[in-house]
Amino acid sequence: MIGQNKQIERKVMTGNHAVAYAAKLSRVQVVSAYPITPQTSIVEKLSEFIESGELKANIIKVESEHSALAAVYGAAIAGARAFTATSSHGLLYMHEWIHWFSRARIPAVMAVVSRTIGPPWNIWPDHSDFMDQRDTGWIMSFGMDNQEVLDLVIQAFRISEDPSVFLPVMVGLEGFILGGTAMPVDLPPEEEVITFIGERKQPYSVVEDRISIGNLTSPEDTEEIFMEMQKAMERSKELIRKIDAEYGKIFGRSYGGLINCYKCEDSKYIIFTMGAWSGDAMEAIEALREEGIKVGLARIRYVRPFPREEIRELIMNAKLGIVFDRSISFGSYGPLFEDVAASIANDKREGKLVNIVAGLGGVNVTSEDFVKIIEKNINKFESEGEVELLQWYHGGEVMGY
Amino acid sequence: MMESKVKIVRINEKLPISFPQNGAAGKTGSWRLYRPIVDNNKCTKCFLCELYCPGNVIETRKDGIQIELDYCKGCGICAKVCPQKAIEMVPETVEVKIA
Repeated sequence: MIGQNKQIERKVMTGNHAVAYAAKLSRVQVVSAYPITPQTSIVEKLSEFIESGELKANIIKVESEHSALAAVYGAAIAGARAFTATSSHGLLYMHEWIHWFSRARIPAVMAVVSRTIGPPWNIWPDHSDFMDQRDTGWIMSFGMDNQEVLDLVIQAFRISEDPSVFLPVMVGLEGFILGGTAMPVDLPPEEEVITFIGERKQPYSVVEDRISIGNLTSPEDTEEIFMEMQKAMERSKELIRKIDAEYGKIFGRSYGGLINCYKCEDSKYIIFTMGAWSGDAMEAIEALREEGIKVGLARIRYVRPFPREEIRELIMNAKLGIVFDRSISFGSYGPLFEDVAASIANDKREGKLVNIVAGLGGVNVTSEDFVKIIEKNINKFESEGEVELLQWYHGGEVMGY
Repeated sequence: MMESKVKIVRINEKLPISFPQNGAAGKTGSWRLYRPIVDNNKCTKCFLCELYCPGNVIETRKDGIQIELDYCKGCGICAKVCPQKAIEMVPETVEVKIA
């Protein structure tokens, strides 16, 4: 996986530090953050870079996450490459500004170190906080390991600042499993990263223009602004695929665009996951393949825009699709499942879909658990032709709902 | 501290921004119940009135001020803050003698 370039430096670092390095390599100019819990070591590392002179940026410490994103917005509309990071309740506290940001069509990048939501108080990872942001108009990517997180943050600046998109991007990574766990990460040379991202671009600026933002607007104009956002989201899919391929040519790592496929090609059974536990799911795929079961993994890297075309093709070629969600829309299904199911809403097919909800509140799900769940569902499908639509896996048992 | 390079790329899409200009909300002077009458002979050109005017309708000049009556809503803040009492608020409903 190492590129050909000799300047590439390899360091052992946590996911949080990988995010901080990516922001530094992207030469962010303004960082604003609430510095106390649930903040992570991302902002601490960035302050170190600024203090040591390695990064020429201003850091704005504020009294809340709501203000942190507001300050990032202020910097961004004035023309700065701006960045913030948060987690769980801090992210929820920002929610109003998250909507405001994307509707203003201003580029910026935020890292979300995902953690569950209380009560009860719990500091362990799941996707509840991250998935809660899926209707905000941000492009949303999610990494599997620390290297990918670094690559996603760098690419996020490029995607966000592309004139065909002009939307903010959030990059997710699980707390503790990635955020607090150290692994080797290749750091690309800063000059090459800057060339790759290019100069800061945005559709307007309060420095260049005499404008007012967010005035009272008619229902029709308001709706048209939202329709433009939806179009920008759809356009961004092709850009994301292109940038992923280009990044691979320059830095030696390409992930397949909106989804990452592991042994999908001849799969009769297809597994969908997102985030760090996809590594465990890959081990499960290996074990099941050794038993002769043709199963593959499609790891969702971008939740927004949702890769419905890729997913539709995979499901249409498979007998059974199993979607693993690490969060739930209470009273409905896991949010990934809802989107996967909608991708084939108008297609006639013989196969089935299953939604597995698991790992909430930070419950550990091992590769053995994945094997158990997948095997059980394949066996039931093959013997009875039926599967339970929604299952919650907990304490080693699959429970239907 | 930092070099700030930003390229503004105009896009042919609707954005939630507007470009303020004179009278974008119509001639708000018609809202006025009290009209400010200025005596520039009393004016010491401290221009506190301009600073306080919420409608930004006071123009400062060498000989004092001029209020743009097309947009002045007649709130009277200028008359209140003027240390020289050079601005008088008179009801719009009666005839006034203009000096």
